[in-house]
Amino acid sequence: MLEAIEGSQAIARAVAMCRPDVVAAYPITPQTHIVEALSRLVAEGEMHTEFVSVESEFSAASVVLGAAATGARAYTATASQGVLLMAEVLFNISGMRVPLVMTVANRAVSAPLSIWNDHSDSMAVRDCGWIQLHCADNQEAVDTTIQAFRISQETELPVMVCMDGFVLTHTLEPIEMPDQTDIDGWLPPLEFDRRLDPSDPKSLGTLVSPDFFAEVRHSHHAAMIRALDVIETVDDDWHAMTGRRGGGLVEVAGDPEAKIGILAMGSTFGTLETGMEHAGAQAGRARLIKLRAFRPFPAAALRAACAGLEHLIVIDRAISPGLGGVVGTEVAAVLAGAPDAPRIHNHALGLGGRDIPETIYADLMTAVADPDGPAFSVFDADLTKLDPEDR
Amino acid sequence: MVGVMIEYRIHGRGGQGSVAAAYLLAATAFHAGQMCQAFPAFGAERRGAPVTAFVRTDEAPIRLRAQVRTPHFLIVQDGTLLQDPSIVAGLRPGGGMVVNTTRPGDEVAAEFGCRALTIPATELAEEVIGRPIPNTALLAAFLSVTGLFEIASLSVALRDRFSGTTLERNLALVEKVAATIRPDAWKEPADA
Amino acid sequence: MAEHDPRGERLDELRRKFGREPLPPGADQKELTPREAQPRFRGLESGHRACQGCGEALAARLVTECAGPDVMIANATGCLEVFTTAWPQSSWRVPWMHSLFENAGAIASGMEAAMKAKGKNTKVLAFGGDGGTYDIGFQALSGMLERYHNVLYVCYDNEAYMNTGIQRSSSTPHAATTTTSPAGKERMGKRHLKKDLLAIVAAHHIPYAAAASVAYPADLQRKVRYAMGIEGPTFLVIHSPCPLGWRHDSALTIEVARRGVECGLFPLVEIERGAVTNVMPIRKVRPVTDYLELQGRFSHLMTPDDARAEEERAHLQALADHNIQTFGLRGDTPDAGDTQASSSVGRGGHPAGRV
Repeated sequence: MLEAIEGSQAIARAVAMCRPDVVAAYPITPQTHIVEALSRLVAEGEMHTEFVSVESEFSAASVVLGAAATGARAYTATASQGVLLMAEVLFNISGMRVPLVMTVANRAVSAPLSIWNDHSDSMAVRDCGWIQLHCADNQEAVDTTIQAFRISQETELPVMVCMDGFVLTHTLEPIEMPDQTDIDGWLPPLEFDRRLDPSDPKSLGTLVSPDFFAEVRHSHHAAMIRALDVIETVDDDWHAMTGRRGGGLVEVAGDPEAKIGILAMGSTFGTLETGMEHAGAQAGRARLIKLRAFRPFPAAALRAACAGLEHLIVIDRAISPGLGGVVGTEVAAVLAGAPDAPRIHNHALGLGGRDIPETIYADLMTAVADPDGPAFSVFDADLTKLDPEDR
Repeated sequence: MVGVMIEYRIHGRGGQGSVAAAYLLAATAFHAGQMCQAFPAFGAERRGAPVTAFVRTDEAPIRLRAQVRTPHFLIVQDGTLLQDPSIVAGLRPGGGMVVNTTRPGDEVAAEFGCRALTIPATELAEEVIGRPIPNTALLAAFLSVTGLFEIASLSVALRDRFSGTTLERNLALVEKVAATIRPDAWKEPADA
Repeated sequence: MAEHDPRGERLDELRRKFGREPLPPGADQKELTPREAQPRFRGLESGHRACQGCGEALAARLVTECAGPDVMIANATGCLEVFTTAWPQSSWRVPWMHSLFENAGAIASGMEAAMKAKGKNTKVLAFGGDGGTYDIGFQALSGMLERYHNVLYVCYDNEAYMNTGIQRSSSTPHAATTTTSPAGKERMGKRHLKKDLLAIVAAHHIPYAAAASVAYPADLQRKVRYAMGIEGPTFLVIHSPCPLGWRHDSALTIEVARRGVECGLFPLVEIERGAVTNVMPIRKVRPVTDYLELQGRFSHLMTPDDARAEEERAHLQALADHNIQTFGLRGDTPDAGDTQASSSVGRGGHPAGRV
């Protein structure tokens, strides 16, 4: 049913539909609305789950790990500093190949303190071994959240569902909410073979000597690569039931014949679409590429999506100081060596919640035309605010 | 304005229900069959600090995520915010503002050079709801003067959000305000 | 997924599965080692890689033995994790998981929440050393206790970071030397007091918090059984000598632990809902020097005619005297045959000798 609902409330309802056994979370802006909504559902008896209000994000991640290790379906959500406080546990969860789902309400990382949206938090843990899916709108976030439980079960990999903090979490918009009965049929019960069970005792998280460690890492990597297929199949299956797609690995919109492409993750995509709709006649139309699966990184799908482009603008919502944009660098890496690889124009945008206006589309298209343009820039930084030596 | 995306900006102070007003306006449009989007200018403000929220309504799905810079309409929940002349920044020509103040509408219209409607929403809310939350009265006034969406759609939105006595009193307030504001009761700026 | 089983049936099933099979008629009894011939459940199997005389290994065996098969364990990083598990081998006969150093309390909380969600009775245990409990895992432990998870947390207290090579922890006793609190011209070992963790834990007003020692296995197991019967958070700190870190003869583990209790430095007390309800009295109180003299970590205190050493010895004696006075540890029965069994006195709440 189509409802006008705030993103966070919708996510909480989607999580509840997946009937998690255990939910643990710690408050942090802008994730808090999600767990508040979940606790209300529990308090009203509309959701039957063990809700554990922990004393830190570190424990939130640990509680869901402990629960998931016993074969329970578990969920947590966080943002920003919370992601970083969890970092050690995140590596631990994926290293043990335990199925789990976590929402990250993407937010900048301090210092300086910023409660506003960018991708610094999830980017900081890009190598933690989790599947990372980025949502462009709240419909995708709801659909991806439910899909994430199934992807996680099928791959025995934890899934991080990234949605832009505030921009999506705090936005009320029409969202098609699935039916509980549909979800019950679509999401099979969790069967985790390696679960802790007194009837069949296993030791999890043991010391592993150099004789075996490389093999463990290899199999983790191989599982991530195999997850590319699972992400697509699950999205197909979802489409078969709902008629909607969550975004697959990569989605292409705009002009398929365009020679200029713009690639973005998350909610920036909608603003670019609108910008092109309004300014496309003057600024030229581009091929818009939406990257949903950041981990595993869909190299083949990206190559296909970028085929025939002369220029590719890659938008990063975070910065790796001393390098530039991470998404830009990785996209450049997978396109490198292709006979007609496009020139990459990598721009960081909307850092720390800077509003991204629809005019950004025309500005980006103009910047492409500059043959001396930088390979990387913080595109919307106003350098006049800085002392000359800091520019 | 059928077929055009309409943008709204709501100004208020923390604790006055400005974000709730934005959500209610968007939900009203939704129940009137429109697509909608509402979000706050995300801040870390505490009670009493100026806050802003944005709404968009359209026939078509809304993809744009930027803050509203050129609103068609302003809803101002606190008269003291009129001390800042930039409150009307970006207001489109022919746009209008609905303000919670006891000041006369033509005075506000003249000061800001735009169409204006003023109502003592805080007093009305205290009288009918028993709490100084001006958002419902302002929305009722806004819908009455613009005729954008049926008052009935606001009632549906209120029913989704409230229940019991709070709902009854809010519905009564909407009815009371709607009965007093004529369609197009804007005060025009003197020089218009 | 397994369904809810009434506890009795489940235990029977697990006993059938993991219990010792009855020997066929005519089987040669001599083929079994005494250890193997024991009819009881073994949660921690022999053959692990602990040092000779390891107090922690002994304590963990005693705990799991009487906790039984229907448990699962969250183990903090530390010696216990390392010497029991190097993959693909494991000494654990119960479901066991190691996650990180500082989150055993939270991992156990999650396991318990899952058991609750699934309507199972499996008891969750959390194991940590003093580093993982007194220091880095303290917050997760406090959260677990405050949220009232049905978990028995066992701290194997060997009074330093032994896994990383004997560094000082907040549990290291005053004046003990470690690799990060060495004695020298300016220092007499650790300058600070041992943290009174039991009091802090008890301040959470949990149903049961107690101290035990590997020198008194029957007392230790009685405390484990008592805690296992409680629905709610319980805590046990077990004094577990480390021959390597304390620098004593591996054969003297039990003797060192016993003297630790008998001098009053490690009082075996039981605290229920914040109030002391039972203590193990000391039949014959020893001077602390009887305890110190066996251990290299205190050898700098035994130098004759050294005023600083004398002062620190007096300091430690004062700490022991304080414990004896505070908890009323001095046993009144002069002729108790067995310290742990016969002279355990109840001080209200529960009679002595309860199970």
